[in-house]
Amino acid sequence: MCTLEKRGNLFLLTLTGDNEHRFNPDAIATILSLLAQAKSQAKRGSVLITTGHGKFFSNGFDLAWAQASGSLTGAAERLHQMVESFKPVVAALLDLPMPTIAALNGHAAAAGLMLALSHDYVFMRKDRGVLYMSEVDIGLSMPDYFAAMVRSKIGTSAARREVLLSGKKIRGEEAVALGIVDSAAHDSAEGVVEATVGLAEKLAAKKWNGDVYASIRKSLYPELCEILGLKATIFATPKL
Amino acid sequence: MCTLEKRGQLFLLKLTGDGEHRLNPTLLDSITSAITQIRSDPSSSQSVLITTSHGKFFSNGYDLALADSDPSLRVVMDSKLRSLVADLISLPMPTIAAVTGHASAAGFVLAMSHDYVLMRRDRGFLYMSELDIELVIPPWFAAMIRMKIGSPAARRDVMLTAEKVTAERGLEMGIVDSSYGSAAETVEGAVRLGEELVRRGVDGHVYGGMREALLKQVLHTIGSNESVSNRMRNSGSKL
Repeated sequence: MCTLEKRGNLFLLTLTGDNEHRFNPDAIATILSLLAQAKSQAKRGSVLITTGHGKFFSNGFDLAWAQASGSLTGAAERLHQMVESFKPVVAALLDLPMPTIAALNGHAAAAGLMLALSHDYVFMRKDRGVLYMSEVDIGLSMPDYFAAMVRSKIGTSAARREVLLSGKKIRGEEAVALGIVDSAAHDSAEGVVEATVGLAEKLAAKKWNGDVYASIRKSLYPELCEILGLKATIFATPKL
Repeated sequence: MCTLEKRGQLFLLKLTGDGEHRLNPTLLDSITSAITQIRSDPSSSQSVLITTSHGKFFSNGYDLALADSDPSLRVVMDSKLRSLVADLISLPMPTIAAVTGHASAAGFVLAMSHDYVLMRRDRGFLYMSELDIELVIPPWFAAMIRMKIGSPAARRDVMLTAEKVTAERGLEMGIVDSSYGSAAETVEGAVRLGEELVRRGVDGHVYGGMREALLKQVLHTIGSNESVSNRMRNSGSKL
């Protein structure tokens, strides 16, 4: 369901299989463990790229698994379990001691869009794939950390409204115009991955100290870090 | 170190000499003392402050070499700059930074602590250098950046890529208000803007109070000491 590959400086996290890459407890646990692996192997110049196979980057939480519990209370509990267990995934990405790039091969909806936004840079396809916060359409409420992520990464109130309240399926060009993603210049999944590898190589060449990088990243998003229980480590070791 | 000149209702604060204008305790005291002088001037509430510099640098940040020789000075410089920035935030007059050279890290923050940032476009850049020199960015620096730079992507570019921001990029990001062809033209532009602001005849005390209200979150972060478990609140005002 999810693999971690190392290519020189690059860590490539791939959501495998030609399916919706829904986040159920197993998938979440796997992603968390692979991020921990990347963290333990991190060194100067490391960069993470996250991508997927097929038509979807991720369509969000596994609602079918929630409904399979057989009761309304059961479904609510399972959903709550997934919401709570996904929080550490977002935290792990914010804490990762290396630059992170999401290369969206396809649609990113709900928790899938949150996974994308948890990265420092988001590239999507020009030709295909949408961003979609489906919650308003299917009547789900918004976890606090989802809303904080939208506030942290999306700057204008019009863009936030389009993302959270309109139930709009946002394509690449519009996503760039709204300031949600950094690039939607490439057709095809391969094109996007290639572009992110190009960016990754530029960032890797800086050979930044990963712990300092992560600390500065967290200081960009204090509200989100507080909700996630992440503390910025304060230390200073200047390289003169 | 720094000089203070009055031209009509304009106060011109200049960081002098051809060096990097590193914000060491001596320079910080010198600037603070100039601000105190400005405050005590009877016509201060109908005036405008323009801060500029000689030479290649606006300010290249804290004196890190000094801090290396005596680590306790790191805290002293941070504390003095917090005080100075809080002072600028409550200053009862509009403030203009005429950035005629590189402004890095604490120097960049000093520039941003002014209401208007005017910059030369032929040379020089704004640069949050910390990532490149393995320093973390103090939370109160980050709070100033969040206040002054509106787009999350631009904030990320400034803090998380240590971008060397030219005047042109600064205009795009909304950090820089206007750009000029040379250092002299930048200062002239600041003087023209200053004179226009004086002509508007705003009451400086009202203005300063409004600015404090607008930058309340920044003042709050300046006043809090993250390394101590009990947060101590300083009002930040130097009145």
